[in-house]
Amino acid sequence: MDKLIVLIAGLALIAFILWWFFGHHEVDQAEAKTVADHQAVAIEVNGGYSPERVVLQQGVPATLTFTRTDASSCLDQVVFADFGINQDLPEGQPVAIEINTDQAGDFTWACGMDMFRGQIVIK
Amino acid sequence: MHLTIKQRFGIAVVFSLPMVVQMILMPAGIDFLGGPVTEWVLTTVVMAVAAGPFIKSAWASFKKHNSNMDTLVAIGTVTAYFYSIGAMVEGQPVFFEGAALVVTFILLGQVFEERMRAQASGAVDKLLDLQAKEAEVVRNGQTITIPVEKIVVGDIVRARPGQKIAVDGTVVEGKTAVDESLVTGESLPVEKQVGDAVIGASINQNGTILIRAEKLGSDSLLAQIVDLVKSAQNSRAPIQQLTDKVSTVFVPVVLVAAIATFLLWYVAFGVSLGTAVVFAVSVLVIACPCALGLATPTALMVGTGLTARHGILIKNGEVLETVSAVKTVVFDKTGTITVGQPTVTDVVGEEERVLSVASQLEAGSEHPLAQAILDRAKVFGQIKVEEVNGFEVLPGQGVQGQTSAGPAFVGNQRFLDHQQMNPDLAVSFKTLQNQGKTVVLVGLNQEVIGLIAIQDAPKAQSRQAMATLKTRGLETVMLTGDNQAVAEAIAQEVGIDRVIAEVMPAEKAAHIQQLQEVGPVAFVGDGINDAPALATADVGIAMGSGTDVAIESGNIVLVKNDLTDVATAIDLSAKIFKRIKLNLFWAFIYNVLGLPIAAGLFYGLGFVLSPELAGLAMAMSSLSVVTSSLLLNRTKVKTTPATI
Repeated sequence: MDKLIVLIAGLALIAFILWWFFGHHEVDQAEAKTVADHQAVAIEVNGGYSPERVVLQQGVPATLTFTRTDASSCLDQVVFADFGINQDLPEGQPVAIEINTDQAGDFTWACGMDMFRGQIVIK
Repeated sequence: MHLTIKQRFGIAVVFSLPMVVQMILMPAGIDFLGGPVTEWVLTTVVMAVAAGPFIKSAWASFKKHNSNMDTLVAIGTVTAYFYSIGAMVEGQPVFFEGAALVVTFILLGQVFEERMRAQASGAVDKLLDLQAKEAEVVRNGQTITIPVEKIVVGDIVRARPGQKIAVDGTVVEGKTAVDESLVTGESLPVEKQVGDAVIGASINQNGTILIRAEKLGSDSLLAQIVDLVKSAQNSRAPIQQLTDKVSTVFVPVVLVAAIATFLLWYVAFGVSLGTAVVFAVSVLVIACPCALGLATPTALMVGTGLTARHGILIKNGEVLETVSAVKTVVFDKTGTITVGQPTVTDVVGEEERVLSVASQLEAGSEHPLAQAILDRAKVFGQIKVEEVNGFEVLPGQGVQGQTSAGPAFVGNQRFLDHQQMNPDLAVSFKTLQNQGKTVVLVGLNQEVIGLIAIQDAPKAQSRQAMATLKTRGLETVMLTGDNQAVAEAIAQEVGIDRVIAEVMPAEKAAHIQQLQEVGPVAFVGDGINDAPALATADVGIAMGSGTDVAIESGNIVLVKNDLTDVATAIDLSAKIFKRIKLNLFWAFIYNVLGLPIAAGLFYGLGFVLSPELAGLAMAMSSLSVVTSSLLLNRTKVKTTPATI
């Protein structure tokens, strides 16, 4: 009987994990604020990126400011492979990254090990 | 309180060590810790201080529906920890040391990894440290020493012997030899005189020169090289897309596998709760995918850094994969295979006399062929420049005038109508012309006294470069706008398989496309007209001396301008790509083999992977991948010394 309860609990846990990680969940998205022909977005780095989807306007210079509050070394670098940027993120210090918005399109950024990802949409 | 990884590792070691000693002494019947309560206290410290950040990060990412290696470490150790507390209360066997040691080993791996990552990426930044810190600048007739950042375009900068040249610019006074090896990898000193360009961070050797500053800061060649290498290092090799896909689903799948392992052992095989928990925790710990994530970027970083130090800039990771598949290498002729400017290759007749007459007539001429003759004449020292009377240019024929030795001329065969040439010279004339050379007649007193053959001659290394490529089984092709005869002659001289001549600049790309039907094509070129071909080819290789447009369009830049580097670039790219594949293979194999063992596959044979061993194995796998990438630095690179 005990084992049956354990089995059911275990299977329920598996179902929960699958739903939690693979189910459809809303993405934390932000549009950049444009001030004096310059757009800026602040991104908090804690267990991932918030927001993790940033919408930028094409042709307007943009700055993304990353602040890492997470102690994990997993997140101590941010890499924009499309822009050739690889920036260290010291914990607790805001780091500004300039993004060239000349080209429209979807670009991704990721942590140094490519486990966490974010997306820039330039349109 | 903020602790570095190293400090957390130190704390984990101090508090885990008594438990390790206890484990060793256990068989001897010694129990100096006095039971599970002490172990519980020690482990609690490790969990709170050393493992705390893992748990916090795991929770933060869990809330965002993300997962990472911290998720696995945190769930694995927390499970072991709380299970052991429960077991301690019930008087069952505990495994606190498992939780503490996993944390210790994972942190050990991270300490090393952090150091190695810094080592892999730091090499290129160090290049920038090579710049001079301050420089002597002449302003308003006064010499002042100022930091290089204060130099502005147009400043006149002095470089004394032995000093580093502070800026990119042009020599305006003085003469010297410069060691440019730090920037371009070129091993021989380069002679510089007024009008020549010098590169910042190269070393001035024997003369004092004044330089007009032209490119500063981020515009300088050194800064541009560093930028180019950095963006290559951060670019992604396509093979990495595979690991991208794997890593997003990996952690949740492992979590499910761990629960399934537990259920299977506990419910189906009926082992004790403790044993089932051990298996589940081992699965979680061994499955960390960091080795997989590190495999490609570290190899790319070390590899492109290595090639950069040898004057080969690889602009992105994608090209590495293509280079290994290249079947045909196509070369532009002028400036790539050849020097790019005409030089005298042969003088028939009494050389000194022939050159003396010719250079007297050509002394004032701006014609490129005249320049070639004057350069050659300099070999014989100062040639008497005498006034030439009655100097006259005959368009389409040449020049004539009255020299001290008599009436003389320099020109093409149209002069033959009113001059005499002996049969021996006539034979030489035909031979040289058949070699695709421009032949100039030199006459004195109504008689042809000699011939000067002029050609845009092949670079010294061209022949060897082609031979090396052929031993690699690659077909070599020359693609040029020059006429068939000249192209054939050069091709034969350097040993090129095929010639496509008389191609209009706009058609170059189309010819590349045709060649691509057979297999991937690499194109080597330097001119503005080569840019479309460089972009069309699967691998575009630009000569460093080439135009900015060419360098922009190429995937690989040969800074040294040495054609033998084409083979070196191909070899090294293949090597880096092979290392990436090797790394991925080991990272995958490790997970594929480790998982079933951790899940208790060999339990029946008495072989079990405890959580702490799983933690050690996982740390080793990350380290071995990074080490394997760093070993690329040991690759021997054959650089052929330039022969002149």
